[in-house]
Amino acid sequence: MLQFLTRRVLRALIALWGIVTIVFITMRLSGDPVPLMLPPDAPISEMNRVRAELGLDKPLPVQYVVFLGNVLHGDLGRSIHMRQPAIDLALERLPATFELAITAFVLAVVVALPAGLISAAKRNSIWDNLAMLLALIGQSAPTFYIGIMLILVLGLQLGWFPVSGRGQGSWLNPSDWPDMLNHVFLPAVTLGAFAMASIARLTRSAVLEVMRQDYIRTARAKGLDEMSVMLRHNFKNAAIPIITIMGLQFGTLLGGAVVTETVFSWPGIGLLAIKSISSRDYPIVQSSVLLVAMAFVVVNFLVDLAYGWLDPRIRYA
Amino acid sequence: MSDTISVLPTASASEPRRSGANLGYHVRRIPPVVWLCAATLLIMVLAAVFAPLVAPRDPTDQTLMLRLKPPIWLADGEPGYILGTDEVGRDILSRIIYGAQVSLTIGLVGVLIGSILGTVLGMLAGYFSGPIDETIMLLADMQLAFPFILLAISIIAVLGPDPANAVPWKLIVIVGISGWMTYARVCRGVVLTLKEREFVHSVRALGGSDNRILFRHILPNILSPVVVLATLDLARLIILESTLSFLGLGVQPPSPSWGGMLGQGRQYLDTAWWLSTFPGMAIMLTTLAISRGGDWLRDVLDPTLRSG
Repeated sequence: MLQFLTRRVLRALIALWGIVTIVFITMRLSGDPVPLMLPPDAPISEMNRVRAELGLDKPLPVQYVVFLGNVLHGDLGRSIHMRQPAIDLALERLPATFELAITAFVLAVVVALPAGLISAAKRNSIWDNLAMLLALIGQSAPTFYIGIMLILVLGLQLGWFPVSGRGQGSWLNPSDWPDMLNHVFLPAVTLGAFAMASIARLTRSAVLEVMRQDYIRTARAKGLDEMSVMLRHNFKNAAIPIITIMGLQFGTLLGGAVVTETVFSWPGIGLLAIKSISSRDYPIVQSSVLLVAMAFVVVNFLVDLAYGWLDPRIRYA
Repeated sequence: MSDTISVLPTASASEPRRSGANLGYHVRRIPPVVWLCAATLLIMVLAAVFAPLVAPRDPTDQTLMLRLKPPIWLADGEPGYILGTDEVGRDILSRIIYGAQVSLTIGLVGVLIGSILGTVLGMLAGYFSGPIDETIMLLADMQLAFPFILLAISIIAVLGPDPANAVPWKLIVIVGISGWMTYARVCRGVVLTLKEREFVHSVRALGGSDNRILFRHILPNILSPVVVLATLDLARLIILESTLSFLGLGVQPPSPSWGGMLGQGRQYLDTAWWLSTFPGMAIMLTTLAISRGGDWLRDVLDPTLRSG
């Protein structure tokens, strides 16, 4: 178990190091930030002073080491327009993104698990075919198209949901829930559609796989009702691949949030990144990318651990 | 090179026509839905290739008198503009047809880049284990470790999007390198098992070089999984390209691209729904046809690739 843990921790650390390195390279490729930070008529001597202050006059390997140290201290430079530490501005947006991703995830799981289970139980029925067709569409349609169609039909034409922004208030206060749920519903369906489709398809195939096993036939033969055969004997054994893909999908949701937030003007970290690209505020873009990537790595690391705990065989693989 | 080597059965001949026979068997009983997918794709490809002949108008031709006209079957529709016009009076149908050219080309070239890169790296990793293998697999793990769209966004943020009215090379390369890891992993796995097989040992005993073993004897055995992966990957790449174009980071206006049309049409959603609905349908039909067709192809050619 210890060896398994060390290997996973190492992998996560290497991934993080890779991300930091990529951020460093893109930072350097983005050119000299000094002219962007000073007024256009600043004298050369002033520019050189700022450059020395930021350490930009040193050789690249030295800059790289300094940069690694700064990242470890959570320092990614200041926002060019907001005059605040970029990482703080990005961190501020993280709760909104997590709110969206978690709601999308819960929605996806709550719909997909029963849908996949029923599809498998009633294989080749109308329900199965319909659910699997919807799942195929959910996997093929681009996220932003799903979002825009939901805005068009449920938001603008039927007027059931607001089409942009986040609800006011806090999840801790139940009287705010209607407004918050109302705002988060469409973005969450949009973001969760792909995960929902994948989980439903995998649940169906995992359950069908277990259905062929001898112990299922035994359970049926001893006269158990279909419900308890499916839930107690089948679903429990099909759970491992399903949980794995659920974990992987949660990570993917964090990446997809960038697009969904743009469609719904959801004030999360993805919208911040896209807006900062157009205002050429690179430190913010880099902080956002780094934060989301880190969250992704951490989530996948936890999924790996959970997987090892559920299925002892893979600890020794 | 001695002549005897060419007498030896090559890798592809060692398992003769296994997939070929399967394919022939399945061609006779292709399910109707797969025919439907094939027909959809054929229409898309023909539209893309013959765009100048098929499209009713020039896709960049603006007619300001005819701005935001609805599709022809609605009350205010303008004859000759079947799917309506956009905010500067360009014909939506013509832009979708030319958009097919853009999306399919970028997708296909991207798949070509990704599959060749991934296959070669995967073969090298599997064949020469040790540091080469570990470096390549470390790179693959790193790229898999975080969402590619973030990498794409940060690269484009720094380099700037491709200029309008030019071949979008940056976009093509970014889309192309997005998926090499899958090919590399699969190919590495296949090579690991193949390189211990008798036919490889015999070629080596007869003095065949590594190059010859890899490209003449191992490569033919890898091609069928690679073709399957490439088909499924094409749908992903088309979505990636349209997403980047939607965000304003991909194909730049006024070049027509499906994602870009959606991105610009979004602002008119409450008054002119046709601006974003039809280009999105084009993306969805294309990717749906490719994925469904690809699923079928996978089940026929290489069921072992099935997952999720």
